[in-house]
Amino acid sequence: MSSVRETLRAELGAAVLSARGEGLDSVLVLDAGAVPGALARAQALGCNVLVDITCVDHLRWVPAGRGTPSHPDRMPRWELPKPPSRFKLVYRLMALDAGQGAVRERLALECWLEGDAGPASARSLWPNADWLEREVWDMFGVRFSDRPDIKRILMYEEFVGHPLRKDYPIGKRQPLLGVDDGAAPAALSDEELRPSPGGKRP
Amino acid sequence: MRLMDVVDSELLPGVITTRIDDAVGWARKYSIFTYPFVTACCGMEFMSTACSHYDLDRFGAAFPRFSPRQADVLMVVGTISHKMAPVLRRIYEQMASPKWVVAFGVCTCTGGFYDNYATVQGIDKIVPVDVYIPGCPPRPEAVLKGLMLLQEKIRKQGWKGQ
Repeated sequence: MSSVRETLRAELGAAVLSARGEGLDSVLVLDAGAVPGALARAQALGCNVLVDITCVDHLRWVPAGRGTPSHPDRMPRWELPKPPSRFKLVYRLMALDAGQGAVRERLALECWLEGDAGPASARSLWPNADWLEREVWDMFGVRFSDRPDIKRILMYEEFVGHPLRKDYPIGKRQPLLGVDDGAAPAALSDEELRPSPGGKRP
Repeated sequence: MRLMDVVDSELLPGVITTRIDDAVGWARKYSIFTYPFVTACCGMEFMSTACSHYDLDRFGAAFPRFSPRQADVLMVVGTISHKMAPVLRRIYEQMASPKWVVAFGVCTCTGGFYDNYATVQGIDKIVPVDVYIPGCPPRPEAVLKGLMLLQEKIRKQGWKGQ
């Protein structure tokens, strides 16, 4: 029986841009347009678990040997090819034989996005894709084409921006309370909130 | 003849005299009902302190109440994220006076090493804090020291409370 990886490679043809890794580290890099079909096919071939959906922000790519803007002396540890675009989306799949408790295959499908436009949602294939896509939206701002009203999952609704993007300032802090329920701490002054030692309390 | 002997023989036997401030402070100090607001790994250390080996009960503080209405001390144990912050604030406001707050562990004191977009950099930005217990996590001895500091504070506040 051939692996899901080899079957997908044969079926998708030119939509597989490259492949790397061996065994449980197998990765196929796909054309973004082919991702929804490839996911459905992978599930039909036995990938019954969606382990994770995540994203990589390649904003600060520098050629090998040039160091990085923040660490001019530090060389990259290995040579990375110039990324085709900024965001790379990663689907990690697993073919699990629950009866035997055995992992038959692991496979990662990657695709480079144009801007922040992601492929269609995988919710209909694996229900847990719902939360994973919300996390990718929350942290990286990747939009899934059929989820225009997607909600944040980790940060509160009023949060502005996407904190795992490389251009989100590392020291940036946003207003404290996510929900203004009429009991905002603005009612207490700084002096009241931070009583000096031995001083009077509010 | 000692003063207490005079009181015992001349006044009602078995009566001691004190000031109302001292009596109330003394009583409150030994009847702390805690609300454990446990969000992270410090909770394990809180449990070990509360259990028999270190025995919070000998300070009268081993009776956790899981309703803020019945609690005197809000024990904030663990990292507070921005999404959790309104909940903590509301719990504090639901508690009846007099009430006190203990920041348990460095995450509640300053945010600790979670110096990032998601974590409140010290719960004193949300609620007033009476005792800070640093440590990651604090040892039970540190917790007991913090509790005794709080008891001392409660005793001194006396009748007027806060």
